[in-house]
Amino acid sequence: MTVAINPTQTGEPVFYLADEHPHPEGWSTSLGFWIYLMSDCLIFAILFATFGVLGGNYAAGPAPKDLFDLNLVAVNTSMLLLSSITYGFAMLTMQQNKIAQTQMWLAITGLFGAAFIGIELTEFAHMIHEGATPQRSAFLSAFFTLVGTHGLHVSCGLIWLVTLMVQVQKFGLIEANRRRLMCLSMFWHFLDVVWIGVFTFVYLLGVLR
Amino acid sequence: MSPDLLKLIFGRLGLESLPLHEPIVVGTFVVVALGGAALLGGLTYFRLWGYLWREWFTTVDHKRIGIMYMILGIVMLLRGFADALMMRGQQMLAFGGSEGYLNAHHYDQVFTAHGVIMIFFVAMPLVTGLMNYVVPLQIGARDVSFPFLNNFSFWMTVGGAVLVMASLFIGEFARTGWLAYPPLSNIGYSPDVGVDYYIWALQVAGVGTTLSGINLICTIVKLRCPGMTMMKMPVFTWTSLCTNVLIVASFPVLTVVLALLSLDRYVGTNFFTNDFGGSPMMYVNLIWIWGHPEVYILVLPAFGIFSEVTSTFSGKRLFGYTSMVYATVVITILSYLVWLHHFFTMGSGASVNSFFGITTMIISIPTGAKMFNWLFTMYRGRIRYELPMMWTIAFMLTFVIGGMTGVLLAVPPADFVLHNSLFLIAHFHNVIIGGVVFGAFAGINYWFPKAFGFKLDPFWGKMSFWFWVTGFYLAFMPLYVLGLMGVTRRLRVFDDPSLQIWFVIAAIGAVFVFIGILSMLMQFAVSLLKREQLKDVTGDPWDARTLEWATSSPPPDYNFAFTPVVHDNDAWWDMKKRGYQRPLTGFKPIHMPSSTGTGIILAGLATAMGFGLIWYIWWLAAVSFIAMLAVGIGHTFNYHRDFDIPAEDVIRTEDARTKLLAGAK
Amino acid sequence: MSTDTHAAHADDHHHEGGHAHGTFSTYMLGFVLSVVLTAIPFWLVMSGTLPSKQITALVIMAFAVVQIVVHMIYFLHMNTTSENGWSMMALIFTIVMVVIALSGSLWVMSHLNSNMMPVHQMTGMK
Repeated sequence: MTVAINPTQTGEPVFYLADEHPHPEGWSTSLGFWIYLMSDCLIFAILFATFGVLGGNYAAGPAPKDLFDLNLVAVNTSMLLLSSITYGFAMLTMQQNKIAQTQMWLAITGLFGAAFIGIELTEFAHMIHEGATPQRSAFLSAFFTLVGTHGLHVSCGLIWLVTLMVQVQKFGLIEANRRRLMCLSMFWHFLDVVWIGVFTFVYLLGVLR
Repeated sequence: MSPDLLKLIFGRLGLESLPLHEPIVVGTFVVVALGGAALLGGLTYFRLWGYLWREWFTTVDHKRIGIMYMILGIVMLLRGFADALMMRGQQMLAFGGSEGYLNAHHYDQVFTAHGVIMIFFVAMPLVTGLMNYVVPLQIGARDVSFPFLNNFSFWMTVGGAVLVMASLFIGEFARTGWLAYPPLSNIGYSPDVGVDYYIWALQVAGVGTTLSGINLICTIVKLRCPGMTMMKMPVFTWTSLCTNVLIVASFPVLTVVLALLSLDRYVGTNFFTNDFGGSPMMYVNLIWIWGHPEVYILVLPAFGIFSEVTSTFSGKRLFGYTSMVYATVVITILSYLVWLHHFFTMGSGASVNSFFGITTMIISIPTGAKMFNWLFTMYRGRIRYELPMMWTIAFMLTFVIGGMTGVLLAVPPADFVLHNSLFLIAHFHNVIIGGVVFGAFAGINYWFPKAFGFKLDPFWGKMSFWFWVTGFYLAFMPLYVLGLMGVTRRLRVFDDPSLQIWFVIAAIGAVFVFIGILSMLMQFAVSLLKREQLKDVTGDPWDARTLEWATSSPPPDYNFAFTPVVHDNDAWWDMKKRGYQRPLTGFKPIHMPSSTGTGIILAGLATAMGFGLIWYIWWLAAVSFIAMLAVGIGHTFNYHRDFDIPAEDVIRTEDARTKLLAGAK
Repeated sequence: MSTDTHAAHADDHHHEGGHAHGTFSTYMLGFVLSVVLTAIPFWLVMSGTLPSKQITALVIMAFAVVQIVVHMIYFLHMNTTSENGWSMMALIFTIVMVVIALSGSLWVMSHLNSNMMPVHQMTGMK
C-alpha cells in the first residue's frame, strides 16, 4: 500500500491509481452487517430497560415466581446453545467445501431453532391460558414484548436459514453464499448472546425477586 | 353491501373519513389535485415516465439519490411552512374573544404536522441528501457501500412522507404534538387514525433512515481512496460519519418506543397507560433518548458544511482541523448524556436534574470550540462573500444566540420557569433554522454547481437570504419575549390583548420567510433559464479544496475515471498546488452497480402495509407484508447486480470533458 | 491512528474482509464453557444454595457477563484486528450506549418513582 502513495522514482507525486483493483464484491458486507447487529442490540437494550423499569409493576397480577418454569427455560436455553454449536459446525464444513454436510448441519440448526420457538410458544400459550396475558400488567407487557421480540428474531433467522439452504442447493457454496452464511452465523450467535441476557435478567432474576 | 363486508374491505375507512367539512382542507385538496393532475399529465404528455423510472426511480447512483432527497426535502418544506403560516395567522388573530379561523381540532393537527414534517421530512432529507451526494465524492469512491440499500432507504423515506401527506386528505393527523406523548396518544384519548398515521409514517421512514446510516458509515470506513487516513478526511465527511453513528445508535430507540406505543394502541398492552402498572413518563424518557441525539444528527452535517464553506471562501486551510474532529466526536458521545434536559420538570429530583443540567452545559464547550475555529479560519483570510459564505456568517451570528439561550435553559431552575413556553420554541427554532436550515442552504448554494454544472443565480439567492434572515429574527425574537412573559406553546386563543403586538410581529416575520422561500424557488427557476451564463465547465467554480471538485460538474456516473490518491487534508488544493495533470489516456472499464426497481417496490408495499394498519384494513396489511417478504427474498436470488462501464464509454466521457476544458481556456 | 493508513485498501486480497474463523476446537471449547456457565446460574437459582438472594443475583449476573464474553470470542470471533479494529470499536461504542440507556433509564425512573409516588404504593413495588 505504502508503495502506491509514495512518490515514484522520478519524485513526481502520484495523484491517481493508473491500475486499480476494484473492491471485491461484498467488501463492506461483514462490517455493514455487524453495524446492523449493533443497532439491533440497541433495540434489545431499550426493551431490557423497559423491562427493568416496568418489570416490577405486577398490578396485583401474577409475579414471575407464579409463572416461570425454570426447567422449561433450561430446556429452551439448551436448544439455543445446541443450535449455536451446530451452526458452528456448518461454518466449519463450509470452509472445507462440503456442501452435503453443511446443509445437514444447517438443517439440524434449523430444527433446534424451531424447537426453541415451539417451546417458547407453548410457554406463552400456557401463561395466556392462565390469565397472564400481555394486557394484564406492565410487567407482563414488558415480558411478552422482550421475549417475543427475541423469538421473532429467531423466526426471521429460520426463514433466512431455509432461504440460504435453497440457495446453497441451487448455486453451491459460491462466494456470495459463503458471505451470506457468515452473516447469518453472526445473526444467530448474536441472538444467543441476547438470550443470555434474557434468561439471566428476566427468568433467573425474576424468580429470585 | 352489508356493514360487516364493508368493514372487512375498508376497515374503519369510510366516506365520513374524508374531511369534507373543513373548507381549508378541501381547498388545499383541490389545489393539490389540480397541480398533481397537471404534473402527471405533463409527464405523460412529454413521455417522461420511462425516463424517470429508468434514470431516477430505480437508480442506485448516490448522486441521483442525493438529488431526489433534496427535492423531497424542498417539497415537504413547502407543506411544513404552510402549516407554520397557518399557525402564525391563527395566533395573530385569536385575540379579544376572536376564535381565529382554525378550530381546535384542525389547529392541533397543524402544529403536530408542522413539527413532524419539518424534522423528519424536511431537515432529515436535506441533510441525508447532502451527505449522500457529497460524501462518496469527497472520499474518492465510486458509490456508497450498498447502493441498492441506498435506493431502498430513499423510497422508505418517501413512503413515510406519503403517509403524512395522505393524512391531510384521508382521515386526520395526530393532535398530540410532534412527539405524541401518552397518555394523550393512547387509544383512550386518541381513538382516531391520527396517531396511527404518525406511528406508521415514522416507522416506515425510520427504517430507511437507519439503513442509510449503516450504509454511509460503511462507505466512509471501507471505501476511502488510498492515502485518505481518518485524519485526512474532509471535515464534512467526519461530521457525516459521526451523524450516521448517531443515527444507527438512536433510531432503533425510536423504533422500539413507537412499537411499544403501537402495542398499547393495537393490542392493549400497558406500557404507557395510567393503569396496570404502565408509566407514561417512561415513554417520555425513552423517546428523548432518541430525540436528543436527533438534533445533533441534524446539526453535525451542517457544522461540516460550514467548515468546508469557511475554508473555501476564506482561501485558507481550516483552522484547528484536529480540534474540530475531536469536538465532533465529543459532541457525538455527549449528545447521549443530556436527554433528561427535555423534561427537568418531570420530577426526578435534584441529583438527576443537576447531572443532566451539567452535561448539557458541557456540550456547549466543544460547540464553542468549533465557533472559534471558524472565526480563526476567517481571520486574515481573503473572504469572498458568495452565497454559501453569507449563509455561514448568518449561521454564526444566529446560532450563538440560540446556543446561549440553550445554556440558559440547561439550568434546571430556569427551565422550571421556561419549560414548554414560547421561549423554548424560540430557542429550538433559533438553533434548527440558524443551524440546520441555514446549513442546508449554504450546502445547496455551494454544491449546486457540482451537481448540475452551473451556479445558482446570485441576485435571487441574495433576495432569499435577506428575507430569510430578517424574517427569522422578526418571527422568533418576539417569541423569546412572549416566553419570558409566560406564554406557553401550542395555544390557540389568547385573552391578554397586550400580547397581540408580538404575535403580529412574528406573523410579519413568517411572511418575510415566505418571500424568502419564494425567492429561493425563483432562484432555481432563473438559474435554470440562465444556465448558459452561469455555466461552469472547470468543475471547480469556487477554487475549492476537497476532492469532490477534482472531477467534472456534474460528475460522470463513475465519479472518477481513476481512483484518486490523497496526500493532504485539502486533497484537491494539494493537487492544484503541485501541478496535478488530469490523465488523458489509459482508461479502463469501470465496475458499477446496476439499477433495480426492487427498492421502490418494497417501499411501496411497506407504505401500503402502513396504510392498512392505520385504517384496520387487515387484509391489505397482511397481503403487503407477505408480498414484501416474497419480493425481498426473491431479490436475494439475483446474484448479478453489477456491470462494467465499457472503456469506450469512459474514454468518450473523458474526451468530452477534455474538449470542454480546452474550450474554457 | 496508524492502523488507518492501510484501512482504505491494504488488505484487498483478504476476501473475508478480515473476519476471523473458528476451528473445531475453539467452537467446542466455547460450547463447553457456555454450557457450564449456563448450568451453574440455573443450579444456583433453582437450588438456592447461596445464603442470600442479593449474592445469588450478583453471582448470576457475573456469570452472564462472562458467558457473553465467551460467546463473543468463540462464536462471534471478536478480536481487535478484524476489520482493522472497526468491529471492536463499534462494539465498544454500542456497549457504552447500552450502558448509558439502561442505567440512565433505571436511574431516572427510580428517582421519579421515589419522588412522585405516594408512599403506600412504594411498598408494593420492588
